[in-house]
Amino acid sequence: MSDEIQTEYDTAGVEKKFMFLNRKAPYGTIYALEMLETVLISAAFDQDVTLVFMDDGVYQLKKGCDTKAVNMKNFSATYKALGDYDISKLFVEKESMEARGLTQDDLIEVIYEDEDDDWAEKPAIHVKSRDEIAKLMEEQDVIISA
Amino acid sequence: MKYGILINEGPFTHQASDTAYHFTRAAIEKGHQVLRVFFYHDGVYNANALSEPQSDDRNIVKLWGDLAKEHKIDLVVCVAAGLRRGIKDQVLAEGFRISGLGQLTEIGMAADRLITFGD
Repeated sequence: MSDEIQTEYDTAGVEKKFMFLNRKAPYGTIYALEMLETVLISAAFDQDVTLVFMDDGVYQLKKGCDTKAVNMKNFSATYKALGDYDISKLFVEKESMEARGLTQDDLIEVIYEDEDDDWAEKPAIHVKSRDEIAKLMEEQDVIISA
Repeated sequence: MKYGILINEGPFTHQASDTAYHFTRAAIEKGHQVLRVFFYHDGVYNANALSEPQSDDRNIVKLWGDLAKEHKIDLVVCVAAGLRRGIKDQVLAEGFRISGLGQLTEIGMAADRLITFGD
């Protein structure tokens, strides 16, 4: 019987559907920033990653963020880089946007290169309804929410 | 069933850590495996050896350390979240280790279920 605590697990060949559910505004709490850090690390594991933004989380993708007055690191540009990490699915909840008077024009652009389509550049952000997102959640293996 | 546990809040301020502890204990007693407990966001404070609760109340930091020792559970504190909150080796309680977010992704992949305890 081993006295050791197991600290490594064999995950070779595992590909799961990971959903990162973002419900908080980009500033005011640290959840948005730390969720993004989790997403970036997870990209190295070649899983099937979807990001969903709902409730105040929709503000994370809003254009024109300027944090100078609050002296905080502006991490808005990091979302734009997600395409380079093979994260091509950023879904924003339609009802959350409408409740906040936002349209897709208010959001930043995130582009990825589709390897199955001759590396054509495509938008990663899509507006989805609450129902569509609920159905999507049913399909996930892991949901990490903050 | 193989479980991964994610704790997003610190001890006492939120009940998350207590609930996670009771869940973990119950799961093990029912014969399930808990592959890892990962502490993120303010959850890293559960590893603070300097925590000194009132003497007639539970010591959450110690409860986790004892549980880990008893059932050989891997308790991992996120390095990045820990650093910004001052949870480093010099204040790390017994039973915990500091590592990266990859450990959370790994458990999402290796476990049958990842259960989150937060706000």
